[in-house]
Amino acid sequence: MMLMLLATSWQPLFQWFEATTIGTIVRESLWLFPVIECVHLLALALLGGAVLVLDLRLLGFGLTAQPVASLARRMEPWLIGALITSIGTGIPMFLSEAIKCYFSPPFFFKISVLVIATIFTFTVRRRVASAEPGRIAQGLVRLTAAVSITLWFGVSFAGRWIAFY
Amino acid sequence: MDILPFIQWLEGTPGSLFIRESTLFYPLVESTHVLSLCLFLGLIAMLDLRLVGVGLRGVPVSEVAGRLLPLAFVGFALMAISGLLLFYSGPLKAFQNIFFRVKMLLIALTGLNALLFHFTIYRRVASWDQDASPPARAKLAGVLSLILWSGVVICGRMQAYNWFK
Repeated sequence: MMLMLLATSWQPLFQWFEATTIGTIVRESLWLFPVIECVHLLALALLGGAVLVLDLRLLGFGLTAQPVASLARRMEPWLIGALITSIGTGIPMFLSEAIKCYFSPPFFFKISVLVIATIFTFTVRRRVASAEPGRIAQGLVRLTAAVSITLWFGVSFAGRWIAFY
Repeated sequence: MDILPFIQWLEGTPGSLFIRESTLFYPLVESTHVLSLCLFLGLIAMLDLRLVGVGLRGVPVSEVAGRLLPLAFVGFALMAISGLLLFYSGPLKAFQNIFFRVKMLLIALTGLNALLFHFTIYRRVASWDQDASPPARAKLAGVLSLILWSGVVICGRMQAYNWFK
């Protein structure tokens, strides 16, 4: 099954994406893409803030007087809200230029890292942040934060490169 | 004073030409600019949301400001340096772009808003530090900051689309 999935070209699928109604509407509009893009960027800033407040705390910077678990709880709604907004605005942009994305290495890199970052955030990072203080080795806590920052920065960095390659 | 000749001279300097025509350096500067958005605006947004009374409600305002602002300034430095380099790569195009001019005006207004906040209501922060819902003046500063910085991001993005050329 996996092999078949790999052997089959995804190009027809991406052509279908490009031909969807939403893709067509966004592509044919002069202002829709830039407007969606602006919301995407604003959501990115918020996502960055929500991720960094907790990761910096895990690294020993920022709101160090606050318990990690409570900070994690406070940041989660913003993180989830920003993530939903990013994906909700990212999809119509992708649909409008799916074929361009098909030929763009940064696009595939971005989506792969996005999936990894999301899974990592809601499994490993969440568990580390909600653990009782001292139960997880300091080095491991810091490593988790560093991986999280690297992954999310990778997503936004690669995102900008879709425009270039 | 006419600054157009200076802008024209700037446009012709070898450094400007180098960034403008580089295949790697320009995207690198551009993505750094976008990434610093997370560090700077993301953290500023968290402070603003605290001022509005919707984020980090249990954390004292002075703690959020005191602990997050220094980190946000690192983001600001990255943003300003990459922004200056981007401007330097095509000063004439930026100078004549309406979105660029509005963006510069909005940045000045964010500075004014922050100064006003710091020298008025924030001086008395001790009396409302713990309030989950800060006084109206502080809320206003938070809302204004969120709106103005969003405007900065939007103008920055729109600058790439030469709608009023």
